[in-house]
Amino acid sequence: MPHNILVIGELDERSASTTTLELLAGASEIAAGGNVSVTLLGTGAAQATVACGGANTAYTSDDAQYDDFRGDQWISAIQSAVESESPDVILVAQSIVGREVGPRLSYKLGTAVAMDCVSISDEGGSIKATRPCFGGNAMATYGFSTSPVIATVRAKSFEVIEGGSGPATSTELPAASESRTEIVATEAATSEGLQIQDATVVVTGGRGLGDAEAFGEMESIASAIGLDKAAVGASRAAVDLGWYPPSQQVGLTGKVVTPDLYLAVAVSGASQHMAGCSGSKTIVGINRDEEANIWSFSRYGIIGDYKQIVPALIEELKKASGK
Amino acid sequence: MHLVVCAKQIPDPDTPPSAFKIDEATNSVVPAPGISPILSQFDGIAAEAALRIKESGGEDAKVTVISMGAESARAAIKQVLAMGADEGVLLNDDAFEGGDSYTTAKVLASAIRELGDVDAVFCGRQAADWDMGQVGLLLAEELGWASAIIAKDINYADGNVSVQRVLTDGYETVQMALPAVMTVSNEFGEPRYPKLPQIMAAAKKTVTQYSASELGLDAAEVGSAGSRLKIEKLFIPETDSNVEFMTGDTPQELAAALVQRLQADKLI
Ligand SMILES: Cc1cc2nc3c(=O)[nH]c(=O)nc-3n(C[C@H](O)[C@H](O)[C@H](O)COP(=O)(O)OP(=O)(O)OC[C@H]3O[C@@H](n4cnc5c(N)ncnc54)[C@H](O)[C@@H]3O)c2cc1C
Ligand SMILES: Nc1ncnc2c1ncn2[C@@H]1O[C@H](COP(=O)(O)O)[C@@H](O)[C@H]1O
Repeated sequence: MPHNILVIGELDERSASTTTLELLAGASEIAAGGNVSVTLLGTGAAQATVACGGANTAYTSDDAQYDDFRGDQWISAIQSAVESESPDVILVAQSIVGREVGPRLSYKLGTAVAMDCVSISDEGGSIKATRPCFGGNAMATYGFSTSPVIATVRAKSFEVIEGGSGPATSTELPAASESRTEIVATEAATSEGLQIQDATVVVTGGRGLGDAEAFGEMESIASAIGLDKAAVGASRAAVDLGWYPPSQQVGLTGKVVTPDLYLAVAVSGASQHMAGCSGSKTIVGINRDEEANIWSFSRYGIIGDYKQIVPALIEELKKASGK
Repeated sequence: MHLVVCAKQIPDPDTPPSAFKIDEATNSVVPAPGISPILSQFDGIAAEAALRIKESGGEDAKVTVISMGAESARAAIKQVLAMGADEGVLLNDDAFEGGDSYTTAKVLASAIRELGDVDAVFCGRQAADWDMGQVGLLLAEELGWASAIIAKDINYADGNVSVQRVLTDGYETVQMALPAVMTVSNEFGEPRYPKLPQIMAAAKKTVTQYSASELGLDAAEVGSAGSRLKIEKLFIPETDSNVEFMTGDTPQELAAALVQRLQADKLI
């Protein structure tokens, strides 16, 4: 059955973000011939719609007040798009934006949101949303008794479709209204170089490393593989201990990564951690525990003390790359 | 100043996957034998946030902990009371069962209105059972209050709170006027650990219980009857485990075997 779908887009350096393109790909599939529209808010929004292949209609505002996300401002703009579009499905990323827009918009529209979904499907005309719960130990499929259906979608749940032309029509959304919250300070904590979401190899250290210094060894593994491909991540246990920055946390409450190679060193493989990396092509574990949960997800494993294995591994990797 | 902590009792998220079972007939989780339910960790941290404001704020600050749940949820309430909260509220009624985030927020909001003089509500960033992360925001909408989610730090001064929030790549500090709802994340830090005398003192603190009708709620608007989100299937995802362990007598041999596999698979 055709569905009328509204995607709440986000900008990343004045372009439509990767997750926005993922949502548009998913929306085109679920729409089954129905209309797909997209909202983009902030400086560069109107221009950024050119990359929004799959959308027929765009709603934008270039008002710079939207550059920093404030829930109330964004939601009133989105509500005007909802009014003219009357979507039966609204998709938004499980991002800082989506975590707030999903619930608040659902309340305003008298409907419900399913958070952090990994698949959205049409079963006999009604939309179902499937999402991990219990830290990833279980999955739940939900139906909705109200409309529109709202879902926030986990990164990498849909694959971006390259090419495709941007929306044919574009409507200007109102400039930002007053906000009840005032942003008084911002602080960037971006790591330098390759971001873990973009890396093809992620080397992750866990609590079993024992101290912050050992993350230097994770960085040595990454540089032996090549810093153009590899980046270092951390489990929440390691982040909570202050061994590595929160921006590098992989998992349910951290980032979602799907590299070709995910190397988990002294990480037990708790379901909440795997929620952020189980989509990786190949998972490799280094762990001294033969019973560790990481083995349920791994393609290759080395059972042993990382303190002995890792230096040997760095040496072998260097040999392999001829460095 | 009156601060409220919303605290939920949940199955222990550290339950090993092998002991985690679900009942497909009722789409519910079967309690793992020998593993007691716990206070959702983020709610303990939310309690810590409220207590720190109470301690710094002075001016007759009071902390009330509210939980909607079964009789067993008293244990979660007691834990927050032992941490230093002053009073507890248990929202217990068969009619509340099987609810979604919307009905949960509705029930909690009714209780907060019943308390009357609340200035701020502290929730966890998400309940570590269903991992939804929306009750705090829905509660703010239902009450018509301001909100800020995923707090790392909270400071109160002169009727305003400034909340440092965790973003994807950094932090931001937002300021808003009370009354407001905040949700707290693990970056805030560890909650305090109650000692025996505090646990004993908690046993004597008042826990008031309310049913749906006592909150002026109709059974049809709460619990599964009032839910907008209907769970249709709960299942355990399959993991394909075909791990190949490297063999060798020395770390060098093990590492070399792995590198060889990774090269053969064109992963490095
Ligand atoms: C709601 C919720 C959300 C969460 N979100 C996240 C999240 O986003 N990301 C996340 O990572 N976690 C998250 N967690 C926490 C998660 O449940 C685990 O507690 C955490 O992932 C454990 O981290 P770890 O594997 O590093 O540590 P541990 O579980 O302590 O594992 C350490 C491992 O190191 C091994 N080890 C120890 N010493 C050595 C050695 N010398 N050599 C080799 N191996 C060794 C041990 O065998 C063990 O397997 C969340 C939890 C909850 C409840
Ligand atoms: N049954 C409940 N009783 C009290 N507080 C709750 C309940 N359910 C959710 N909450 C609060 O709302 C937060 C977010 O829950 P959720 O949206 O379900 O992930 C929790 O961390 C609690 O602070």
